[in-house]
Amino acid sequence: MLIFIVLSVAIWAVGAQMRLPRRLRWALIGVLYLGVLLAMAVLPQGSNLRAGLGESFAEWAMLGVLAALVWGYRRLLRRIRARVAPPAEVARAPLEAADLTRYARHILLREIGGMGQKRLQEARVLVVGAGGLGSPVIQYLAAAGVGTLGVIDDDVVEGSNLQRQVIHTPADIDLPKVFSATRSVAAQNPSVVVKPYNRRFDASTAALVQDYDLVIDGTDTFETRYAVNAACVAGGVALISGAIGQWEGQVSLFHPASGGPCYQCLFPQAPAAGLAPSCAEGGVVGPLPGVIGTMMALEAVKHLTGAGDTLAGRLLIWDGLYAENRVIKIARRADCACCGARAA
Amino acid sequence: MHITVNAKPHDISAQTLAGALAELGVVSPAIATAVNGLFVARDARATTRLAAGDRVEILAPMQGG
Repeated sequence: MLIFIVLSVAIWAVGAQMRLPRRLRWALIGVLYLGVLLAMAVLPQGSNLRAGLGESFAEWAMLGVLAALVWGYRRLLRRIRARVAPPAEVARAPLEAADLTRYARHILLREIGGMGQKRLQEARVLVVGAGGLGSPVIQYLAAAGVGTLGVIDDDVVEGSNLQRQVIHTPADIDLPKVFSATRSVAAQNPSVVVKPYNRRFDASTAALVQDYDLVIDGTDTFETRYAVNAACVAGGVALISGAIGQWEGQVSLFHPASGGPCYQCLFPQAPAAGLAPSCAEGGVVGPLPGVIGTMMALEAVKHLTGAGDTLAGRLLIWDGLYAENRVIKIARRADCACCGARAA
Repeated sequence: MHITVNAKPHDISAQTLAGALAELGVVSPAIATAVNGLFVARDARATTRLAAGDRVEILAPMQGG
């Protein structure tokens, strides 16, 4: 018996030295064992070799059976384990399952649910302006799983933007805002398709709104606001419009195609230059675009999923300095220079 | 007559919205107005009568984003 063990250990050690695979080493030991078994069967009783090995064929055979049992048990165990633990490819969750996790809290909401989430995924939203209001709008709509986000802006990131335009970082200074926003969305929700348009929204880009289901306006000039409104009225696209200054903000949803007023119904003409200061001229408190912009994003989710009542036909005024908000009902003007002529 | 203008109390003698705006010195053609939460178009201001306790909103369009 001792000689068999010594030989087996020698095979294992030499095999390890020669870097033979374990399997081969086990096979060699198996061959040695078969040799011993053969010797037991063939050699006559009392021969020297047989005496050295321990005489009994039955004992050796029993050892072989035991070893075979251990080997078989281990193989069986390995096979069962392989069946339980999925292979590496399956272990990586497919996109659908990942979405179920990501949007689980939306799917729980009765007003959104799986259907609403699918509508968000299929939706195309154009965000005009990637500044104070655009930042939370883009971030929240991307996080919420809006499938395609167009972002149009001709500005570059400046140091004075960072106090409130939370989508941009100091590393983005001098970078066009649309590219900074694209980078941020890619990090936050890679499944969202972002279409950056590094230019100002004006009459020449008006046709762009027809590629989208909804337009969200958070620009910083009256000129652009009237241009966006005119494009949305012409294209029959809903417009969520928000504006801020100093401590106060306004939000509404304009959609004359479904009977509501347009931006120009409410404000027929822009104030004379200098009477309504921009953020750069009059200042703006940092969290205000966050308050108004997230309200715009919320209105967008409601409009796209059909949940609740949107601000269509109502203007919400948020007075941040006194923590008050007021809502006024607004209606279409038949003589509106923008949507009046198109009145049904 | 006591009315509320943009959430602040005011005492005015005018009877119409247009009169109240003139009395308050609001002359910008760009503003929007509402009485008791209802939008009043520019052309309707002269014929919109005010009562004591009315809530008047004078809204300037904002351009900041």
